[in-house]
Formats: sequence, structure tokens, C-alpha cells
Amino acid sequence: MKIAFTAKGTEWNSEMDPRFGRTEYILVYDDEKDEFTSYDNREIENEAHGAGPKTSQQLFEMGPQVLITGNGPGGNAATVLEKAGIKIFIGAGTMTVKEAFEAYQNNNLKGF
Amino acid sequence: MKEIVIISGKGGTGKTSITASFAILAGSEAVIADCDVDAADMHLLMQPVIKKSVDFYSGVIALIDENKCTNCGICADICRFNAIPLVDNQHTVKDLDCEGCGYCAKVCPEKAITMYEQNVGDWFISQTKIENTLVHAKLGIGAENSGKLVAKVKKEANQIAEKEDKEYIIVDGSPGIGCPVVSSLSGANYAVLVTEPSMSGLHDLKRVYELVKKFNIKAGCIINKSDINLDMTNKVIQFLKEESITHISSLPYDESFTKAMTVGETIVEYDHSELKDLLVKSWEIVKLEVN
Amino acid sequence: MKIAIASGKGGTGKTTLSTNLAAFFADKNQVVLADLDVEEPNSGLFITGKTEQIDVKYKMIPEWNEDTCTLCGKCQENCNFHAVIRLGSQILVFPELCHSCYACSELCPTNSLPMVKQRMGELKHIKSGKIDFIESRLDIGQEQAVPLIGQTIHYIESKFPKKTLKIFDAPPGTSCPVIEATKDVDFVILVTEPTPFGLHDLKLAVDTMVELGKPHAVVINRYGIGNNDVVDYCVENNIPILAKIPNSRKLAELYSKGELVYKELPEFKEELQKIETYILNLEIE
Repeated sequence: MKIAFTAKGTEWNSEMDPRFGRTEYILVYDDEKDEFTSYDNREIENEAHGAGPKTSQQLFEMGPQVLITGNGPGGNAATVLEKAGIKIFIGAGTMTVKEAFEAYQNNNLKGF
Repeated sequence: MKEIVIISGKGGTGKTSITASFAILAGSEAVIADCDVDAADMHLLMQPVIKKSVDFYSGVIALIDENKCTNCGICADICRFNAIPLVDNQHTVKDLDCEGCGYCAKVCPEKAITMYEQNVGDWFISQTKIENTLVHAKLGIGAENSGKLVAKVKKEANQIAEKEDKEYIIVDGSPGIGCPVVSSLSGANYAVLVTEPSMSGLHDLKRVYELVKKFNIKAGCIINKSDINLDMTNKVIQFLKEESITHISSLPYDESFTKAMTVGETIVEYDHSELKDLLVKSWEIVKLEVN
Repeated sequence: MKIAIASGKGGTGKTTLSTNLAAFFADKNQVVLADLDVEEPNSGLFITGKTEQIDVKYKMIPEWNEDTCTLCGKCQENCNFHAVIRLGSQILVFPELCHSCYACSELCPTNSLPMVKQRMGELKHIKSGKIDFIESRLDIGQEQAVPLIGQTIHYIESKFPKKTLKIFDAPPGTSCPVIEATKDVDFVILVTEPTPFGLHDLKLAVDTMVELGKPHAVVINRYGIGNNDVVDYCVENNIPILAKIPNSRKLAELYSKGELVYKELPEFKEELQKIETYILNLEIE
């Protein structure tokens, strides 16, 4: 299974980015291959509007089944993620990616 | 580091005065971000000295190269905003009417139209009168606040807070319920809702709380001018109970807010013990709630 | 005759002035009052009457035709607002991000994105004595006020004779919605408070009106509180001050209950009289 994180860096110890649409990086962890792929999303700061749909589209291209983030996506982004069938877990905004992953495995994150 | 956002759907509720009071009370523990860019008034109370000023570009508008243009008029025909009228026999873009869709640039047979980024204002890093940092912005006429500008102001504030090891970022949030508010709330640890007991106050409070709730952000509420309409204040309190929003405090209708503002002070600096006490207590509650 | 009542920031008393001025004027004459603050219309809280008409207002958005679409993705490239997105084998449209520019639709090689009507809000026309009250309200989630403001003004212009006095309660601020609400009026009244916040926001509003080339004047609300800087600024810049509405707790109380103020407060009525006289003299010019 592939699990996506919104983060401020590209490693296990990076801090999570609580924002969805304007997150700095998207990390995707493939637990079968034990492998990370990351996407540098920092260009998004140049977008005046519509950051949410744009980031969700990028996320979709990366093919995760689960998204772990902080506050949760806004309305438009939520629509895209729902259409894409991605399950969203929130409340990991102040953790590191590793802590967020563990919290998810232990069912300590809230569904969106 | 905790990010506290102060919002109110409606204008004129005293949001900025309350935010500035918190900024003074937090003192060197906080970095301040003014994201209410449409009515950026916080600097009037914080008297900042600008340390850094940067041009802000946002959105694009069309520009016609008159040397390449043959005035065929295709651009004017397809423009749904009537933004390319014929002026002295030359098709010219009216900047205020151009929405930046770029349709004209795509259909121009002479490739005479380019879309260029608009300088819509500036953002600043300043030092306030109590020597904490204020990040703020100023927009030009017709320029709209955007998620982008709010994100920029907050990002700068965040970086400074991190570098200087501050405990709080206090954000004066944008009004309304659109993209700038979404951006104001995104990443926040706590939301302070400021309202007043009027029909429009309650109506707007409910609308803005919908967003806060969706983002799963813990919230508290300050009812300003609470003694002006007790029935309505009770309705507000009822709403807070139903939604489990902390009722931080009720402030009385008091012209001292304005009198303090007139001399460039926040109410906590101004000589008025009752209001000052209420705001000190409010800030203590906010700190407790967020930690 | 079209007058807009505007202010640099919210909460200065724009709605109080618009509703009371309209009601005061309607004691003698026909008047049209329009609430163009379509994101947060509040004037209706003060006006009750008989509903004359309710119009659903639409904007045009693209609608995906799955059968003819080849998923080439041109629409996504052509949309500058991220309102059209290709997600795998489907095209998603985000109506509230759409500016109705038609680019995706008309540049689609297979015509798979025809433009269709989508509801963005509602216009209500209420008759209350001599007042024709028009209020438009954006639906929740709709972000673009400008098209609805434009359509509301169009409704008013097609419905009422040119010489009828029309008062527009404009949205606050200095961005696109205010410009849309004021660009075709004959005169703008800027409402402010005699405080540093009020002065700061008034200057922005005045700059906007100068840029638009609109004749304007100022009404000072909550006069007596704060300081004299707003008056000094107006004098220095030759901006007429039409009225100074005295600061009063009673006024705030009546407002919070949704009541018209001028009938209870004679000093407020006097100020309205001054504004009316000024407006009527404008018409003669």
C-alpha cells in the first residue's frame, strides 16, 4: 500500500506540513517495497488561488491509497481526493513523518 | 511554536484591536502576522519600523505589443470581461477589468499578447514599538487579497518564529469565508473568533465557524460589545455551547477602545483597568487552551 | 440618479446609513435601495415588505461531456485558475474557481466542455412602501461576487426609470467587488469613523474613487469619538463632508436589534436631511 504525507522535508524525521494545498513536499511511502518517493511542491506558493485542486491532482498522479496530513484539505481538494478514492487522516500537523506514520498504524489519527 | 489565528466574519467587531492587545501581552514571545490585508490596520497600533520591503506579484494580466498587433479584434471578441476596447484605433487592455484568464493570448494570430505578472503591492518585515516582529502587507487599488499573499505573510512569520525560537505566532486573519481565510486558518493551532451580538454578527460567526470546524481547529470566542443586546448575546452563548466552543470572555461596549486607538495604543496599554483585566485574562485562557 | 454608499473597511455603518437614508427619502419619494454586498448582505434585516420577484442568478461554467472527450488535457492547460482538472480518466470542474472566461470550452478540440448555466445566487426584489429593495445573495461556497453584482445592477437599470434615486450599499474594501458596484454610479458617499483606523481606510477608499474618476463625499459616523484628523484630511483634500452622525450607544443598540434608527433619534434625522439636500442639489447640476 502507498501512504502519502504532507511534509516540510523529504525524510522520516522531517516535520509534517499541517497544510494540504500549500504543503512544501508530498512524500509517498510504499510499505511493500519500503521505499519513499517525494515531490517538491514549493512552486505552489506562486499560485494565487486553486492551490488545493492542483496539489490534489499531483497527489493523485503519485497513486497513494491513504493521505496523512494536518488540518485536512479545503472543499475543492476534498472533492478531488474523494473522487480519487484516497482515504484522509488528519491531526498529524505537529508530528514528524515517522511519528505520523506510527500514529496512523496505531489508529491514533482522526478520519476526515 | 503555536499559531493562533484571530478571525471574525464581519467587519467592525474589534478583531484588530483585540489581536493587537494580544500582540502586546505576548511581547517578545510572539511574532505577529497581519493577514487582514484588505483593511491592514494593525500597524496603526503597533507602530512598526519597516526593516525589509519586498514587491509582491500575483496573478497575471494581458499586455498587447502594439508593434505586432494588427487590430484584427479577435481578442476583443472572445474576451468575456470587455477588457480590450478600441482606444484611439488601438485595442488596449483595461488593467482593472482584465481577469487574467489568458484566453486572448492563446488566440491572438500575431502572438502579440503576453500575460505578465502584476505587481499588486508589497509585503514587509517590521519591528514594532515593543520590538517584536510584525509581518504585514499593503495592496494596490483593485488588487485582491489572495491565499497566496496570506500564505506568504504567514510563511515569513513562521520562519522568523522558528529562527528566533518564539512560542507564538499571532495572526490577524482575513475577513469573509473565501480563499484568504482558508489560507489564514490552514496550519493554525487555535482560532479565536471575535463577534458582536447583532444579527449579522451571529450570522457571520456561524459561517466562519463552519470552516474552523472542517479544519478541525480548536476554537474559542470573544463576544465584544456584549452588553449592547443581551438577548443576542445569549443566543451567541447558546451557539458556543452547542458547538463546544470555549467562551473566552465577554467584553462590554466601551469607547475606550476607540480612545486608545486614537492615541495609537492598544487597550492594554491604555489606562483602563476593567477592560485591560478582561483582555489579560482572555490571553491567559488562549495560552492555556493552545498548550 | 445612482448613489453608492461605500467604505474602506467593514463595520463603519454603511448599512445603517444606506437603509436609513432610503427609508428617510421614501417618506416623500420613490427610492430604490440595493444591497450589493452580495457576500454578506445585511440590509434586508432592516427592511420588511412584500416580495415582488425572486430571480435565480446564474453564471456560465463548462460541463464535461464524457462521451466525446479524448482526455487530451488541453482544457487543463488552458485554464489559468485551476478550475478544470484532469484526474486520470475524468475531467473535474470546480465551479467556484471558474471565472467564466470560456477558454477551456471554446478551445476544446472536440467540443466536450459546453458552457452551461450554474446557479450562483439569488436576487430578491421587495416592495416596502415607496422603497423598492433589491438584495442579491451569493450561495455559500461561491467566491466571485463581481458577476452577481453586475447582474443585479443590470436588473435595476432595466426595471426603473433613470431619474429614480437609487442607493447602492456597496461591499467594503477597495478590491474588484467595490469597483464593480461603483463604476457606473453618479456619486459615491464614503462612510468613515473619526479614528486612525477610519482615516487609514478612508484614504484607501478615496484613492480608489480618484482612480475611477468618481465624484465623492464623506459622511462621518460616530462623530465625537476619536479625533479631528478625518475632518482635517477632508478639508485639506477638498472633499465635502455631508454629515456628521453623532456617536451614540443608543444607535448601536437599535442597530443590533435590526431597527431603523432615524425615527428614534432626531439628531440622526437632521443629518439625513443634510445628505438628502446635497443629493437633490446634485441632481439639478
